[in-house]
Amino acid sequence: MGYCPNTPDDIRDMLAAIGAASVEELFAPIPAELRAKSFNLPPGMSELELLRLMREKAASCGADITPFIGGGIYDHFIPAAVDHLASRAEFYTAYTPYQPECAQGTLQALYEYQTTICRLTGMEASNASLYDGGTAVAEAALMSLRITDRHKVILDGSVNPLHRGIVTGYLHGLSAQAVHVAPDGCASDLARLMSSIDDETAAVIVQSPNFFGSVQDFRELAQKAHDHEALLIVSCYPIAMGLVASPGEMGADIAVGEGQSLGNHLSFGGPYFGFIATRKRFIRNLPGRIVGETIDHQGRRGFVLTLQAREQHIKRHKATSNICSNQSLCALRGLIFCASLGRKGFEELAQLNYDKAQYAKSVLAAVRGVDLLNSGATFNEFTLVLPKDAAEVVQRLLDKGMAAGVPLGQYYPGMERALVVTVTEKRTKDEIDRLAALLEEVLWS
Amino acid sequence: MELIFEKSVSGRTGVRVPLSDVPKAASLPEAVRRQEPVRLPEVGELDLVRHYTNLSRRNFSVDTNFYPLGSCTMKYNTKVTENAGGLFASCHPMLALLPGGDSLVQGPLSIVYELERQLAEITGMEEVTTQPLAGAHGEMTGIMVIAAYHKARGDEKRKYVIVPDSSHGTNPASAAMAGYEIVTVPTAPYGDMDLDLFRQAMNDEVAAVMLTCPNTLGLFNPHIAEICAIAHQGGALTYYDGANLNAILGKVRPGDVGFDVIHVNLHKTFGTPHGGGGPGSGPIGVRGDLVRFLPTPRVVRRVDGSYAVEDHPEGIGRVSDFFGNFAIMARAYAYITMLGREGLIEVSEQAVLNANYIMARLKEEYELPFDQTCMHECVFSASRQVQNGVHAIDVAKYLIDRGFHPPTVYFPLNVKEAIMIEPTETESKQTMDAFIEVMLEAAQLAKEDPERLHEAPVTTPVGRLDETRAARMQQVCCE
Ligand SMILES: Cc1ncc(COP(=O)(O)O)c(C=O)c1O
Repeated sequence: MGYCPNTPDDIRDMLAAIGAASVEELFAPIPAELRAKSFNLPPGMSELELLRLMREKAASCGADITPFIGGGIYDHFIPAAVDHLASRAEFYTAYTPYQPECAQGTLQALYEYQTTICRLTGMEASNASLYDGGTAVAEAALMSLRITDRHKVILDGSVNPLHRGIVTGYLHGLSAQAVHVAPDGCASDLARLMSSIDDETAAVIVQSPNFFGSVQDFRELAQKAHDHEALLIVSCYPIAMGLVASPGEMGADIAVGEGQSLGNHLSFGGPYFGFIATRKRFIRNLPGRIVGETIDHQGRRGFVLTLQAREQHIKRHKATSNICSNQSLCALRGLIFCASLGRKGFEELAQLNYDKAQYAKSVLAAVRGVDLLNSGATFNEFTLVLPKDAAEVVQRLLDKGMAAGVPLGQYYPGMERALVVTVTEKRTKDEIDRLAALLEEVLWS
Repeated sequence: MELIFEKSVSGRTGVRVPLSDVPKAASLPEAVRRQEPVRLPEVGELDLVRHYTNLSRRNFSVDTNFYPLGSCTMKYNTKVTENAGGLFASCHPMLALLPGGDSLVQGPLSIVYELERQLAEITGMEEVTTQPLAGAHGEMTGIMVIAAYHKARGDEKRKYVIVPDSSHGTNPASAAMAGYEIVTVPTAPYGDMDLDLFRQAMNDEVAAVMLTCPNTLGLFNPHIAEICAIAHQGGALTYYDGANLNAILGKVRPGDVGFDVIHVNLHKTFGTPHGGGGPGSGPIGVRGDLVRFLPTPRVVRRVDGSYAVEDHPEGIGRVSDFFGNFAIMARAYAYITMLGREGLIEVSEQAVLNANYIMARLKEEYELPFDQTCMHECVFSASRQVQNGVHAIDVAKYLIDRGFHPPTVYFPLNVKEAIMIEPTETESKQTMDAFIEVMLEAAQLAKEDPERLHEAPVTTPVGRLDETRAARMQQVCCE
């Protein structure tokens, strides 16, 4: 039942070695009055019955819906090699590489992952992963407080609202101040962001592409932040990095983001991974594990966990973060995904996302009464304004098998008619045309 | 082994990108267009597959080696639960947050709901949230819930959290991230947090006390009810670090004892794999009057038996993007469902039996600082070996040469030269006997030929690595 291999004979011999009469005797240190009052669970089942139950549950998980939704999590194609390689039990049944000599597989892979993240984001030092995109933005905010020894963070309103919620929660506990700057239409209000920066500001947090799909140039914002010795934190969508200017190119000090789109299945919300990368001079302020290169006594190259004096198991309450277990296996998937595509494939993939979204933009904005809200460039998402309440329209389209987008009303009061549409390389021209036809139908018949 | 980047050949392509069925769009404006190339490796698929297959072979893992890493519960991860976790790969979480979308994802929502109910019954708590993404994240969430509770009562003066010195580093780190100052209470000679010193540390500025039980020495603390009573008398709440729940499944429920908040590690007790460092999952359970502070959203069951996603307006907000590490939760749900009541009780009984067996067989040769019946793990000290210049790390490295993953060493911090062994219930007597033989051999070598231990490991792709150099060079990605 519990996959316990010992036979009654084994158990008898072991008890004899211990000098105990029964297994129950080993629980004698637990006072009787502390014993469980209830343990009311059903009896177990076999593998076959279990899989039947699980398949039944998996049958109702929206598999027949065509997703034009994103919101930070994207339906991208995953090369077959990713599943196969990440399913090697030598990877997935190991744990944190505390003993480097018997964990070079995990350590080298994480070093390659860190390199990949640095190259995608244009940064110089990455850690070995964080929990998810939202907590990565929060950790970046905390990191900026440590670096600048200040207490105020400016949070752009076009950053993913789910992530902003997490950041606010993390900052609240530390009595740090979060200043929210509302977006200007679908774009960051750069003028207001810049005028909000002062000598108390630890960092400005923006996102590219942002929650509405817009991409913007943050170079001037970076300059203004640096003039006040504040940091620029840019949250980015890694697939876009094949086409859109990286945080590094735009002058960011910390790049973060949700790594799911790099080879991780949707899986109803996780596991995914968060990434964080920075300039080399801030490396000691990074949260979480970092893998570094070194040599053994014979001069052979090897990899170890390094700069551990930042971490909870050594620094306890003075650590840069409480994170211990991270999302290594998901980071490994991200690495294998990037290496499978390679330089050219990655750029082509980004271009394809862009082309498909531009096509979708043109056919959807041509639907009667529908307007495009983004005034500038977008990557693979854009925002439409509908002539009706977007939540109602989305609900009616769901009945027709289309998840048409994320209605913005619940996140941005006053934007009840706005809808963010996502188009990855997996959406076909036919699906896009069908979405346009169904939208027309739902709006006008 | 070369890095994947070092195997790159300019112009070589890997996986083919899908063909385009739409016109090529006008290019992005220059100012927002990437200028530097994305310097990813250029390798063929076979080279890629060989590279990562061969890398994987440089790892010890549960499926290849006995892995008695204390405090980490490295039990066998059943293959059927792996399959079960993969069934939801194509389910987009945003669907659940769309208007009317929850009706489309009833299967996964039922798993969130039912797993929360299972964990509530197992821990004796009122309600559970699966949102936290690992144990430490659960701790932080739990302390944020406790902070919200005090705040709602207008009790704003509490600024301390008490932890024992034997606690895991995440406990003080999590409480600090939630804004608290830390008070550390030493361990008494009997192996648990010193009760008298705890009493002295308690006052009306203490928000919570965090306990691990069984503690990180593998010992069950018989005073936990008393500690709860003292804390509650002083108006503080009690936090139970449930990382070691494997020892007490079906035996003790922290909720029955009087704890207010608990986290459990699905990647330890509930059979989900450790992934080379993660992902894990760290749900928290709370008692009745803390339920309203749990993070938003909540998955609820309507009277008609269907499941819905509801906002939780009084809660502490969101701590992760959706419902937690769902595919990990699905594995744990499958594990609990498959084992059932009797299976879970067997888990704790056999885990405790195995640990006591190893303890009994090794205590002749290794110093046992707290010589009493242990729970799921036992903690030795290499202090006797140190007299011959052999340290815990040397014993650990020798084990590697003999095909065993080392135990946790140098933790807990309150035992010098700690060697913390957690066999788990899924190991057979024969495997443990082989491990015990090698541990005894190491003790013998420590007396007769300490050099052998200092040189270990010699069978691995690299020998002992220069960690000082790594920290000095700070080479964390290749050029
Ligand atoms: C006793 C104890 N508490 C807390 C944790 C933290 O759990 P996690 O690594 O999942 O964050 C661990 C695990 O390493 C632990 O052993």
